[in-house]
Amino acid sequence: MSTATAKRTYAVLAEFEGTAGLLKAAEQVRDKGYRKFDCHSPFPIHGMDAAMGLKRSAVGYIAGICAFLGGAFALWLQWWTSAVDYPLVISGKPLFSYQAFVIVTFGVTVLGGALGAFFSMLIINRLPQLFHGIFYSPNFGKFSDDGFFVSIEAEDPQFDEKETAAFLESIGGKNVEVVTGK
Amino acid sequence: MSTVENKEQMPPAEPPLILGNQTFGTVTDRISKLAERKTTLTWLAALSLAASVALLLLGSIGYLFYEGIGIWGLNVPVAWGWAIVNFVFWVGIGHAGTLISAILFLFRQKWRTSINRFAEAMTLFAVICALVFPGIHVGRIWVVYWMFPLPNQMDMWPNFRSPLLWDVFAVSIYFTCSLVFWYTGLIPDLATLRDRATTKIRKIVLGIFSLGWRGGNRQWKHYELAYLILAGVSTPLVLSVHSVVSTDFAVSVVPGWHTTIFPPYFVAGAIFSGFAMVMTLGIITRKVFHLEDFITNQHLEKMNKIMLLTGMMVGYSYACEFFIAWYSGNAYEQFAFINRAFGPYAWAYWIMISCNVLIPQMFWFRKLRTSIPVMFVASIFINIGMWFERFVIVMSLARDYLPSSWDYYSPTTWDVLTFIGSFGLFFTLFLLFLRFLPVVAMFEVKGVLPEADPHHKGGSH
Repeated sequence: MSTATAKRTYAVLAEFEGTAGLLKAAEQVRDKGYRKFDCHSPFPIHGMDAAMGLKRSAVGYIAGICAFLGGAFALWLQWWTSAVDYPLVISGKPLFSYQAFVIVTFGVTVLGGALGAFFSMLIINRLPQLFHGIFYSPNFGKFSDDGFFVSIEAEDPQFDEKETAAFLESIGGKNVEVVTGK
Repeated sequence: MSTVENKEQMPPAEPPLILGNQTFGTVTDRISKLAERKTTLTWLAALSLAASVALLLLGSIGYLFYEGIGIWGLNVPVAWGWAIVNFVFWVGIGHAGTLISAILFLFRQKWRTSINRFAEAMTLFAVICALVFPGIHVGRIWVVYWMFPLPNQMDMWPNFRSPLLWDVFAVSIYFTCSLVFWYTGLIPDLATLRDRATTKIRKIVLGIFSLGWRGGNRQWKHYELAYLILAGVSTPLVLSVHSVVSTDFAVSVVPGWHTTIFPPYFVAGAIFSGFAMVMTLGIITRKVFHLEDFITNQHLEKMNKIMLLTGMMVGYSYACEFFIAWYSGNAYEQFAFINRAFGPYAWAYWIMISCNVLIPQMFWFRKLRTSIPVMFVASIFINIGMWFERFVIVMSLARDYLPSSWDYYSPTTWDVLTFIGSFGLFFTLFLLFLRFLPVVAMFEVKGVLPEADPHHKGGSH
């Protein structure tokens, strides 16, 4: 297979003007019924979740569960090591002197929450994902500088190379391009 | 004439955070270029110096492992010497970064965006320096893993009732959370550097570390919540870590240590010293990299106000300790404090008072608070003063209950070299950070520019 014939279409990409332009475009793309689209910006934009019709992130619940599990494990470990596996009376204190165990329990709770938030964010975002078709666009690199883009992916049921591109152009998109690659 | 009038008419509240009419593009350019330009001779010279000093630390540690703790000046009754002083000193410095990134984030203090990146980096490097000391002072280095609850063939576990064990957890958890927080903040900025990269090596390395970030709102949504949670869970850590460190002292029965004021007193001192270090490094970085538009006088003045506040809290704690010692009617407690101010270590006590209580009083005056040379010198004095605070506290050991066991502690050359060497390690890491990573959080600064607001129209507020 030669590379010229094996080109695959990944998405249609269009650039918009500033945060206000991107917000408006997001609403229009959402109302048109597209589902597999995304709005790329150099920084998070206030109000974009509503404009795109996205639900609240689940990261908070996962982090909460991880924090609880961390704290529970720490408390269990301290009880088991001090009162069961290696019972040793120190300064006449009870074997399960829970007051002294608060600090490590607290610390591991926080650790669980932090790692839970970080890793669940990565997993839900499917990161690290070193390859993505959108990177074939020569323009796309601007998103991390000062570019505001809407991308509609080829997997969207409504996707049609020409129609989607024309639609993005009609709502004010500039530099509309069909992103293709290997 | 007209500029003077304008200045007077301008309301003092809410001047712009970032100066120089920056746009998103200029922010990217200015900050990225610092990490992309060719290595300068000044940087190389500074790195060689810092790395050479860091070798002193490595050498001292090598000799310590070979010969044993006897090379240090500590002995009974002062069985805790410079190692613990340096540990508390470095951990304290490591508090400002998280305060700036987490607490100021939760309070929506937008001015933090210019300084949070390097303050967080400073935190990490200070905590690394701090972790060196408890790591090397254990004496029998080959069983250092006993500090952690690791299953072993002796079926032996650490004592979870000991403040020293709490310390291991508090500081290592603090380090982990700060690292995760810092790296999370770096991901979008690393993506910026990746997209600007021109060489293959830069593309690959930055591509890996930016994890394939695409800046889509579907990613930002989870990212922002994760960042908020990290800030939320780090906030209690800012207060808890140094509280736990203070229990190393407060849970003992040594006069001058066994006080309930220690946790808040230590936390205030930690924030105080941390801001002083952020100030010292910030002023240098700003000058060398010409970042005056990003780290403005307004930022520096706000930090000075926080130093004034925490300095007063520290001063209040010094006074309160004396009052409680007197009020307790306990002869040992009273002696410990009179001995601090007028005993053999009185010189250290008065250095501490001058640097930590008197010097920050300058910041009551706007003129002094906004003068860069004044605040630079003041920040260095505060760092010195805060080191002496820990020294004064640890030296309570020199004269305890039994006069027959009193002694005068002095450090040896190895103590001094180890401490100086830790600065080498700190500055080596900091210089590497300045060279290779974005010093200012670009995506956060872009987010606080006026044009980032969707309701902003062409400059009119």
